[in-house]
Amino acid sequence: MTYQSFGPYTEARRLEPAPSAALLQRAATIGGTALSRYGVVLGFLILWQVSASLGWVNAAIFPALDTIVVALAKALASGQLVGDIAISLQRAGIAFGAAVIVGIPLGLFMGQIRAVERALDPILQLFRQTSALAIYPIFILFLGLGETSKVAVIFWATLFPLLLATIGGVKEVDSKLIEMARTFGASQTTVFARVVLPASVPAIFVGLRLSATTALLLLIAAEMIGANKGLGFQVMNAQYNFQIPLMFGAIFLLAALGLTANAALVALQHHLCRWSIVAR
Amino acid sequence: MHADHTTRRGEVTIRDLSKSFALNGQPLPVLRNLQLKIASGESLAIVGPSGCGKTTLLRILAGLEQPDAGQVLIDCLPMRGMGAERAIIFQEPRLLPWLTVLGNVAFGLDVQGTPPAEAKARARHYIRLVGLADFETAFPRQLSGGMAQRVGIARALTVQPEILLLDEPLGALDAMTKLIMQEELSRIWREEQVTMVLVTHDLEEAIYLADRVLVLPKEKGAVARLIEVNLPRPRERSDNDFVAMRRRLMAEFGLSRPVMGSNVGL
Ligand SMILES: Nc1ncnc2c1ncn2[C@@H]1O[C@H](COP(=O)(O)OP(=O)(O)O)[C@@H](O)[C@H]1O
Ligand SMILES: [Mg+2]
Repeated sequence: MTYQSFGPYTEARRLEPAPSAALLQRAATIGGTALSRYGVVLGFLILWQVSASLGWVNAAIFPALDTIVVALAKALASGQLVGDIAISLQRAGIAFGAAVIVGIPLGLFMGQIRAVERALDPILQLFRQTSALAIYPIFILFLGLGETSKVAVIFWATLFPLLLATIGGVKEVDSKLIEMARTFGASQTTVFARVVLPASVPAIFVGLRLSATTALLLLIAAEMIGANKGLGFQVMNAQYNFQIPLMFGAIFLLAALGLTANAALVALQHHLCRWSIVAR
Repeated sequence: MHADHTTRRGEVTIRDLSKSFALNGQPLPVLRNLQLKIASGESLAIVGPSGCGKTTLLRILAGLEQPDAGQVLIDCLPMRGMGAERAIIFQEPRLLPWLTVLGNVAFGLDVQGTPPAEAKARARHYIRLVGLADFETAFPRQLSGGMAQRVGIARALTVQPEILLLDEPLGALDAMTKLIMQEELSRIWREEQVTMVLVTHDLEEAIYLADRVLVLPKEKGAVARLIEVNLPRPRERSDNDFVAMRRRLMAEFGLSRPVMGSNVGL
């Protein structure tokens, strides 16, 4: 007896994409989805523009969007902000990169060895719950006011979400899958490479996205506290000099940086985790 | 590891096997002095009330659990841990969600170091065998329960074991899929000529598939019984002999009224 002859009982599920006739409907659906997703943001921006240009709010404090865009474009064209963007990216990038290089392997290691994880968990929780900003003065004390202390404090704050998420991911790996691999004679190393690591990827990405957000937060705070360059510094500086459109411009740049980092991580996650459904 | 192919393969000898677990500090005996010889290419079903040690026995045979006393011989050699001549199919499919059907079925061979091209080719063969040729590139989340279980079965077959251990592999399936899968298992067992040890709580399934049925008791002191299923193959569930066999097996559980269903709720 062949499978085809089972007819209605072979739970066949079609995997082909929708036929092209439904293309228009799909476009409409996508449009609707975009509207429901970004409609409020759009409304907010329109309200901002209208209320500033019609004088509902004080335009000196809330400049119209076009004024902000023009100020931003001027600052970028004159090269004024370019150096700040570069130094900010460098600080956040180095710290985040170091956190990735340290946090993921350490987390993978710690998550696998119950005794190590149990012994270190309390101190990790303590470090995580202690605001990195509160201990920034300690970093300054040891490392001075230069680049090192800034990168160090961002690294510190970025490390813990990633480390804890990775440990959590490894601990959550279904032991039944590990057992299954072992029945095929998989060695410890093979089990790690073929089961534990891929199973932890979604949790690691949760940590990565959390860490990226934290990196930007700490970047701005560190630059506002003790810097003479960088986007965080420019926000403060523009405010001191009452260059309000430029201040908003710098804030927008920071927001764009955060959105871009998150979008890049989501895209990477989609690429690596086609098998699971990724939440945004 | 593999015995010479000209001699008998996949013969299992269980000698004086005992196993107990600790329950609230007290030893809980699960298997007591079990003796059993499973012939090469035989199909043995293990039935018994829930908690009688069916899974434990199968896990010992798979090398996932150590017996307290006694010995298991595979082809006359003492069994040591897990081995490539045995494959176990669990009650759940245990698929790796990040691999496609093809990747999952080839997983055992990959782990054992088979060259990827060969692993893929062999995996494809068994994917066809379980009727999933159209789903090679699907991910586990796109499969129904029955399809996922078939992937698990294909994965175990791909490493071409001499002994196939199955722990209630069809327990979670709906009645219709179950019947189809029983037919499939029967066919696969014939074609692959493997020794099959099938744990089930479905007496009809045991009679349909097994040469012999091992009934494990739960009560202390009771002994395991072996029942021969002398029915011609392919078997027909509505045959008089089949029904008589089912009644006899139910009598083992003190359930021998005129029989309607076969699935004793254990
Ligand atoms: N790892 C374990 N630790 C403690 N007790 C166990 C363990 N595995 C099984 N048992 C106990 O052994 C008995 C037999 O279990 P099992 O072999 O799973 O039964 P079955 O598969 O026949 O339902 C049960 O009482 C169960 O609670
Ligand atoms: Mg069981």
